[in-house]
Amino acid sequence: MGAAYYAPTDLDEALGLLATRTASVVAGGTDWFPARGRTPVTEDMLDITRLAELRGIDRDGAGWRIGAAVTWAEIARADLPSAFDGLKQAAREVGGVQIQNAGTLAGNLCNASPAADGMPPLLTLDAEVELAGLGGRRRLPLCDFVTGPRATARAPGELVVALHVPAQPEGLRGAFVKTGARRYLVISIAMTAVAAGLDEAGRLAHLRVAVGACSPVARRLSALEAAMTGRLPSDVQVSEADLAPLAPIDDVRADAAYRREIVPHQIARALRAACNG
Amino acid sequence: MDKPLATGPVAFDLNGVAVTLRPLPGERLSHSLRERLGARDVKVGCDAGDCGACTVLLDGLPVCACLVPAQRAEGRRVETLCGLAEDPVKARLAQTFEAHGAAQCGICTPGMLVSAVALLREVEAPTEAQVADALGGVLCRCTGYRKIVAAVVAAGAGLPGPQAPGPGHVGAAIRRLDGAGKTGGTERFGDDVAPPGALVLRVIRSPHARARFVFGDLAVFVAATPGVAAVLTAADIPGENRFGVIPAFADQPVFAEVETRFRGEAVACVVGEADAMAAFDDTAFPVDWTPLAAAGDPQAAQAEGAPILHPDRAGNVMCTGFVACGDAEVALARADTVVEGRFTTSFVEHAYIEPEAGFAEMQGDRIAVHACTQAPMMDREALALILGRPEADIRIVPTGVGGGFGAKLDLSVQPFLALAAQKTGRPVRLAYSRTESMQSTTKRHPAEMRLRIGATADGKLCGMRFEGEFDTGAYASWGPTVANRVPVHASGPYRVADYRAKARGIHTHNPPSGAFRGFGVPQAAVAQESLFDMLADRLGIDRLDFRILNALTDGVPTVCGQVFEQGVGIRACLEALRPAWARERAVPSTGPRLRGVGVAAGWYGCGNTSLPNPSTFKAALAADGRIVLHQGAMDIGQGATTVIAQIFATALGVDVADIDLVGADTDQTPDGGKTSASRQTFVSGNAARLAGAALRAAILARTNAGEGARIVPEAGGLSVVDGDRVHRLHPASLPPDAEGYVLRVEETYDPPTRPLDENGQGAPYAQFGYAAHLAVVEVDAQMGTVHPIRFVAAHDVGRAVNPLLIEGQVEGGIAQGLGMALMEEYLPGRTENLHDYLIPTFGDMPPVETLIVECPDAHGPYGAKGLGEHVLIPTAPALLNAIADATGVRMTRLPVTPARLRAALREAGL
Repeated sequence: MGAAYYAPTDLDEALGLLATRTASVVAGGTDWFPARGRTPVTEDMLDITRLAELRGIDRDGAGWRIGAAVTWAEIARADLPSAFDGLKQAAREVGGVQIQNAGTLAGNLCNASPAADGMPPLLTLDAEVELAGLGGRRRLPLCDFVTGPRATARAPGELVVALHVPAQPEGLRGAFVKTGARRYLVISIAMTAVAAGLDEAGRLAHLRVAVGACSPVARRLSALEAAMTGRLPSDVQVSEADLAPLAPIDDVRADAAYRREIVPHQIARALRAACNG
Repeated sequence: MDKPLATGPVAFDLNGVAVTLRPLPGERLSHSLRERLGARDVKVGCDAGDCGACTVLLDGLPVCACLVPAQRAEGRRVETLCGLAEDPVKARLAQTFEAHGAAQCGICTPGMLVSAVALLREVEAPTEAQVADALGGVLCRCTGYRKIVAAVVAAGAGLPGPQAPGPGHVGAAIRRLDGAGKTGGTERFGDDVAPPGALVLRVIRSPHARARFVFGDLAVFVAATPGVAAVLTAADIPGENRFGVIPAFADQPVFAEVETRFRGEAVACVVGEADAMAAFDDTAFPVDWTPLAAAGDPQAAQAEGAPILHPDRAGNVMCTGFVACGDAEVALARADTVVEGRFTTSFVEHAYIEPEAGFAEMQGDRIAVHACTQAPMMDREALALILGRPEADIRIVPTGVGGGFGAKLDLSVQPFLALAAQKTGRPVRLAYSRTESMQSTTKRHPAEMRLRIGATADGKLCGMRFEGEFDTGAYASWGPTVANRVPVHASGPYRVADYRAKARGIHTHNPPSGAFRGFGVPQAAVAQESLFDMLADRLGIDRLDFRILNALTDGVPTVCGQVFEQGVGIRACLEALRPAWARERAVPSTGPRLRGVGVAAGWYGCGNTSLPNPSTFKAALAADGRIVLHQGAMDIGQGATTVIAQIFATALGVDVADIDLVGADTDQTPDGGKTSASRQTFVSGNAARLAGAALRAAILARTNAGEGARIVPEAGGLSVVDGDRVHRLHPASLPPDAEGYVLRVEETYDPPTRPLDENGQGAPYAQFGYAAHLAVVEVDAQMGTVHPIRFVAAHDVGRAVNPLLIEGQVEGGIAQGLGMALMEEYLPGRTENLHDYLIPTFGDMPPVETLIVECPDAHGPYGAKGLGEHVLIPTAPALLNAIADATGVRMTRLPVTPARLRAALREAGL
């Protein structure tokens, strides 16, 4: 019975612990417990939810800093500009209220499920992940942080301490569309986040589109974004080539053909929501 | 908090009381609350955050206690349902939950109420949508959610809800009699009753569908593993290593010997001290597996050279059911129009929120098993054979049952517990994990059905053929019942003079398929009712009119040649849908979604098929003046306790509140039969009616009162008011028997049936119940998603004993039918949890309008018919017909997932 449960309040202490032992990092526990099932816990646990630095959503210069222990419910209730609307929508649709009150946005990223609901909206916000270790801190673009299913760039000894969202263009609005086989408590078959901003002529001055559950890691559709910027939202067309970054698979929830087929509709709907508010 | 907490105590406020405990690392708060602090009102349904049953408030916020490390509670405030007992918001909710019938089995009720308290603290008078959002993280398998939404809205609006006045007799919509324990968090379910210090049992299961296995040295394993008291295998079974609900087909071992036949089959169990078992790693158990080629579906099981599961069942055919009348082929040749189709349904999991659980103990030389069950007497019979002991040595004490729907008719935890208690001499407990519950207990049979149905130009049915193949899995369970019931019912409640139907149960290396609400009839109805729409359309006849035109009526023979001279209510059910059918069909599609309206009907014979099916009830007047009813019919949430008490009270002529209920307990209650086949209101209701009448007669005889006299319970006795004469009955002055009773009666009812001949001709049931549903859907053609927006459900219940409970059954059944139609598909090894296996949530159930139709049945108590299974039979086909109405596309494979519907729409060019 060597295992211990640590719940430090000081980040350096937490990093010191991580540097000297293999510990399982636990935040909300909403993925951690289901993944373990009944397997007994034999390794130390590091609870990061009492680390003050990991709490809260704050302005960070022109951008925002979201602490790594911030829960979905805190995101949904936060006073944030319209660019975050897609992220907030995702926060209201992940699990149920119980999951939203416990699960954390950063934990969702660290769990690195291809169907992580936090990924697409954060990709459209150009979010970065801040990691801390005894050796110092580093920031990675989100797309470089999650490297594959259940795989991230977090090194042993590092903790994700915050997410950073840079300044967003004035008037940018986010939207999120998720498709599943039931209303609540559902894992996405596919999901799309859009962030869009219009110029005075009603044309797309800014467009970011990201799709989840259709590739090992959620992807931005950069070619589509580039091709459609400057167009009217109603003129947006999604071609086969635009979906090239995606590589959907068949699983228990749906087949690849279905995912490929609904993504353009999700994009259109999310775009409508983002542009019509 | 900078210190490691594992070495220190964790202190927090639980329901206003300071508590301290020392959890292990990785211990879930739900476990600490239940096992270390006795908070058994916190229910565990999945240990994965999928069901919300364990919801508690952590510093006021609802969370799943199963996902909270116990140490995280340090310094915080934890509230559970019992801790909210004095909370005025909770008190209001408890009132409205009972008034609306929002708690059926009650296992999800603590999670629902705790979540609702959090909502009402924040939003004083929430809307329906706000309630759904706030409670959407909690699953319910009984109610269909609508009553829960109504109860929370009513509590917010300060409307306490109706309380039916009066004596609570037949016809009164009284609240369920056992509601207070459900809303108070005090009802004890399978995992809530074990005494402190009980040993904990863990079952070792096959990770392969079919595998040969060899144990290592088990004695060495026991000796080398601290805290382990015993290992049990097939070698430890004193009686027969075999059980089954139908004696002639009993084929399932408690522990597999040599070779397993499905993934999740038990091969051994380990029994040990609670702490040791909490740290027990299944992979440490010494067993070597050699996977073997398995038959994954009936096609593979019938292929050349397929492995034979049971040597005495050639070709893996378990059994065949057959019904024929007239000449189907000749009629089909004569028909003006013939439609045909092939329909496929999937494994459906019962997914009650309470996994199987219980404990067993020695009581002197006898063994007592306390567990959730639908059939205590059958459990006792089966255990007697396994233990090699007389039935009198075994006592079954059912706990509260957190949902059953058919799967808790079969043994699950009981043999393991009884064997372990006998071997160790100590109390032993076991609660299945969600995954082992899903892996190892019975399922609804997947079906592959081919049909041809003909009609003449005037719209009359003319010939029908049905061939169904049902995947009955590795063991028979209730498979023979399904094979027999399907051909009897596959015609639907219609006049089909020329009919031939065959259903075969095929063994595969899948989990055993067994009883699930409807015993195969819902699958058959999917096929038949779909083809009826195709026929009506071909003939250019309105789909509802077509059904009414062909509906059975009094005096018209069924496909079994059975003629009911009274009580055939299908036509009345279909007629009841006419206004809604006209109204909903007139609404045009607006917006991007395609709107469709579907209708379907169903029938279901109540009780066993052509087999004896008695219920026995005992009632008494006690020396202290109590009127006692020994109620042995299991209430699994459907309300049998309330309905039977209402019937008994009516027959006896006292208020339902004057009755003292005892049981169920095989030592105290006579055999009320199993809670199955929609038989408790009908069969047990009749036995209770007879018992009530007999006790009334005994009381009147004792007081020389006339038949019309009124019995008035009073403190310590009774008055019998006969016109202007009042007789006092002083029970204390009469000689009591060993149980303290001065008057006692015991009555049995067995429904009259006749055997079926080789063509299925006979009288399989004493009564049928009838149903017709109308479903309105909107289809998002781009996404392939189906959005039910309304149901209208007409049910002929003969006589509505309790209209409130009827609505609850109807709404809950519709939710299950909706799940079967749109989302539920159990795939062994792939959907063994409640996030990959989807059941409907709050947001998936639209409003239901229940139309109660009463065509009294001569055999039913006060005319009542069974209802429990009828409620989901028309639902799935009504939805399929609505989808076809909306899109023109006929779906023939269930569930209609978004991907499947989209593929069909794509093919149709939509």
